[in-house]
Amino acid sequence: MGKPTIDHGDQKKLSVLIVDDCSSVQVLHRVWALKLGLEVHIAENGKIAVDLHRSGASFDLILMDLAMPIMNGEQATRELRAMGVDAMIVGVTAYDDGPERQAFVGAGLNACYSKPFTEFNLAPLVQVIKEINEKSI
Amino acid sequence: MLEEGILDSQFTQLQGLQDESNPNFVAEVVTLFIKDAQKIINHLSYYMSQEVVDFSEMDPYVHQIKGSTSSIGARNMTLACSDLHQASDAKNKEMCLQALNKINHEYCRLQVKLHLIVQLQNTIFTMETNERLRGSRYAAMSMQRRFPRFKVLFGFISSFLFFQLLITKHK
Repeated sequence: MGKPTIDHGDQKKLSVLIVDDCSSVQVLHRVWALKLGLEVHIAENGKIAVDLHRSGASFDLILMDLAMPIMNGEQATRELRAMGVDAMIVGVTAYDDGPERQAFVGAGLNACYSKPFTEFNLAPLVQVIKEINEKSI
Repeated sequence: MLEEGILDSQFTQLQGLQDESNPNFVAEVVTLFIKDAQKIINHLSYYMSQEVVDFSEMDPYVHQIKGSTSSIGARNMTLACSDLHQASDAKNKEMCLQALNKINHEYCRLQVKLHLIVQLQNTIFTMETNERLRGSRYAAMSMQRRFPRFKVLFGFISSFLFFQLLITKHK
């Protein structure tokens, strides 16, 4: 399979917020995102993600884990949408299809992927965001 | 290791991310994974040690370890985590204990393999770096004083094969 690539053109870098409490997953997702030319930020749980947005931060893409301490992905997604955050929020979870995953999607996700999540999942999402941004100019 | 099912193609992809700009990537991810996994296993062991298991409190940890093992490509351990998930969903303490034992067993096997891989990758990286340094020194030397390049390459290949044999012996 050919390596996924992104046509960067002259556009500003897209930013991604990786929300996951597992440090090995943070590092992996970070490297995939850097390879695709994204600016990467990390939050260890849903509360940190929500607090970042409350303090004025914004991101083009949010990769949201579900099972996290303090505030899980479902709660965080619900709060972000209630705050008016309209960035693409993509769930990345080890939960299979079931009530937890359905509730997670219902909280306001744009999409939900099962772990392991790689650049082959990330690249098409980034391309979609770029196309949306181009159309809105 | 791929044939044994300990690691799958996800780990191969992860190895592919290590390069000159990220020379310690595999070691970094492996170290973090082992730390994460041990913490989660400790939590799971705590819940399973209770007379009455709180399966709903335990559930997030079951999914955390499944997510972590699948992300690194630890195939057998991920399968054991799926067993724990099913047992936990069924609220069957006995099945959960069996699954947790399996997770511990696969975790021990995995740690041994991962440490060997990290050692080998570090050795290869060091040898490649030394080879490059030697190569740049050779370029500055006169033609008569240069060693035949094949001797250096032969030494590198021999060492690589030696470590491959070590890994095979440890299987």
